[in-house]
Amino acid sequence: MKRWIPLIVFLVLVGFFAKGLFLNPREVPSPFIGKSAPAFTLPVVGDANTSFSPADMKGKVWVMNVWAPWCVSCRQEHGLLMALAQSQPVPIVGLNWKDKDREAAQLLSDQGSPYFAVPDDLSGKVGIDYGVTGTPETYVIDKGGIVRMKHVGPISPDIWKEKFEPKLKELGA
Amino acid sequence: MIPELGHFALIVALLLALTQAILPLIGAQRGNLTLMAVARPAAQGQFVFSLLAFGCLAYSFMVNDFSVENVASNSFSQLPEIYRLTATWGSHEGSLLLWVLILGFWTTAVSVFSRHLPEDMVARVLGVMGLISVGFLAFLLTTSNPFDRLIPAAVDGRDMNPLLQDWGMIIHPPMLYMGYVGFAVAFAFAIAALLSGRLDAAWARWSRPWTTVAWAFLTLGIALGSWWAYRELGWGGWWFWDPTENASFMPWIAGTALIHSLAVTEKRGAFKAWTVLLALTAFSLSLLGTFLVRSGVLSSVHAFATDPARGAFILGFLVLVIGGSLVLYAWRAPKMLSGGGFTWFSREALLLGNNVVLLAALGSVLLGTLYPLLIDALGMGKISVGPPYFNAVFVPLMAPALFLMGVGPLARWKEASLPDMVSRLKWALAISVATGILLPLTLDGFKPWAVFGFAMATWIFLTVVIGFRERLKNGARLSSLTRSFWGMQLAHLGMAVGVAGITVVANYQVERDVRMNIGDHTELAGYTFTFRGTTEHQGPNYRAARGTVEVSKNGKKLYELHPEKRIYNASGMPMTEASIQPALFDDIYVALGEPLDEAAQTWAVRVFHKPFINWLWIGALFMVIGGFLAASDRRYRIAVKATAPTGAATQGA
Repeated sequence: MKRWIPLIVFLVLVGFFAKGLFLNPREVPSPFIGKSAPAFTLPVVGDANTSFSPADMKGKVWVMNVWAPWCVSCRQEHGLLMALAQSQPVPIVGLNWKDKDREAAQLLSDQGSPYFAVPDDLSGKVGIDYGVTGTPETYVIDKGGIVRMKHVGPISPDIWKEKFEPKLKELGA
Repeated sequence: MIPELGHFALIVALLLALTQAILPLIGAQRGNLTLMAVARPAAQGQFVFSLLAFGCLAYSFMVNDFSVENVASNSFSQLPEIYRLTATWGSHEGSLLLWVLILGFWTTAVSVFSRHLPEDMVARVLGVMGLISVGFLAFLLTTSNPFDRLIPAAVDGRDMNPLLQDWGMIIHPPMLYMGYVGFAVAFAFAIAALLSGRLDAAWARWSRPWTTVAWAFLTLGIALGSWWAYRELGWGGWWFWDPTENASFMPWIAGTALIHSLAVTEKRGAFKAWTVLLALTAFSLSLLGTFLVRSGVLSSVHAFATDPARGAFILGFLVLVIGGSLVLYAWRAPKMLSGGGFTWFSREALLLGNNVVLLAALGSVLLGTLYPLLIDALGMGKISVGPPYFNAVFVPLMAPALFLMGVGPLARWKEASLPDMVSRLKWALAISVATGILLPLTLDGFKPWAVFGFAMATWIFLTVVIGFRERLKNGARLSSLTRSFWGMQLAHLGMAVGVAGITVVANYQVERDVRMNIGDHTELAGYTFTFRGTTEHQGPNYRAARGTVEVSKNGKKLYELHPEKRIYNASGMPMTEASIQPALFDDIYVALGEPLDEAAQTWAVRVFHKPFINWLWIGALFMVIGGFLAASDRRYRIAVKATAPTGAATQGA
């Protein structure tokens, strides 16, 4: 029996590894889920006279995508967000996080903007309020202003289909 | 065209690896010499084609061929030439190709330096290594092709990760892989021994030098990685217990245990099952490290781009290789009869004790590394395990290991006398304890861990000296001592130097985070740091704010340091480039934080005083040299010739 112990230990580990492949260690559950989205009022990129506040979105299901021009993986999901802005009705708000070099306006006019509004979080304070750990992160907020879901990392078509679509449907978007 | 040639070369390498794996293994089982003879040419051919593929990839990087996706994602036209070369193995795909290449190199080395081994042994060893090559080549070709084209081609690349643009990173990965992959040789020898059922001491002697060389490379690789982290990450730390670091450290611990266990198996014929299991473990942990780093199951600062298909492939491969070898082990274990007996106090017993302690330490690192995954998989939440756990568990476990390290080499095989050992070592013990207690009194603050560290470093140092003295007293001259003795002593001495360095830097380093305007100064460990402002600086592929910090002692100006805050052109990534003035007894380390005003006149500046930090790398270097010395001992060649089984003796070494 003793000689089988190494194999048994290894197989137990394999079980955990197999399970681990389907988990995302970077995804930390947000304590805001089920709570009100933190309020803020920020100027909008490209138009300093207009401002955006989550209160403006009351009564709508919406998505807040935290991104930045300096964030490489945000560029990965940019194309998908562009397509989503065309193909589905839920507004996507793009929180421009810590854009110290002021590149967002130029980038969005060059590559097109998928965003309903782009609040400009230069100091990064709003990001802190939302518990942003890195870009990109995406929040789903319901009609009552409650955070319902958070996704860490770039969105792929599969992730949108499997994670976002059911949630948005459930919330009656 | 060149990338396609590389891709084609990889496919040929895979076919050759299949040949190298299948025919010789069948031949060895049936005693067919013709089939066995395929092993060497197939292995060497496989290496040549892997090298060709690697050359093609390196060429694509050197000529900035941004129509290759891998190049476009990991290189940049402004990247200096040397980093374009190292970018070849900077990506997931490229580093796997490097892995394949190094495995081919080791295989070829075995095929060349194995003329004195029985043909069936060579066929089995090369066959097993061929199987491993098949796995990795198939992994490359199916999930991670480094030659994938990008159509249309990118105008410019996205640049190499700036963290990797450091010259510590130029040689760290190849050295680390030489170690990781080198354990495949010990693994293949163990499997070959299990397959043939000839579990005599001979295979231990054959695999010993290979294992020691692999271990030395791994030591060098880990030390370089730690040195890189120290210089490049800007926090002044040299070990973070990050999953990736642990992934390289676990095979190292297993390899260390294996080297010592092999010594017992070779000399005394004991611990056979244990040694075989360690040989399997060391390489299994190398593979496990690959899985952990590439599959994304653990979050780590080093993680490569993750892809579930890759994770699933490696996991399947792990099950085949590790699971298969453990089944073979369980099946053959009853045939492994233990050799010479020994009493509870003998060199065998001490080495066994040390092995057990090392494995306990290994277990603690493995548990800490996997714990977040285990908890997450059980649905019990998300946690992370950090340095406090590892320091609290690992460090105390090292205490008996370090103590036994001093005693083991001085004890006699089979049966040692306790009173005799006590009388030989009592002075060393007394001096070590006294040093441990008294030395911290002369330093800044009395810390319990410092007492322990100094005592252990002194203990190992003194026992090394006693080892030499006793040999010389028995009539040997320094020049007549064997290389394996020198190697062991040097490696142990390296451990003493390293432990001393770790003890001082961990207990007595000081650091300060200060806000500095031009002309401000701050004091630390007797040095005065004066901030002279920053200037704009243009690098080859970055722009930087370069600070000037004047360091003086007792009013006398010593030197200026120039830490930088860089922004890389392609990725826009900011990087902190620390400036370090190294010396044997202390490093002065200055890093720029963030500018604190709009005009960038005031900066957050971090200054460190790092006493004895270089002893760490010096100690590691001693271990590396010790390893190479021990592996080059004449005895291996001669002894093998004299005792190799039938027919091999006449062929010569």
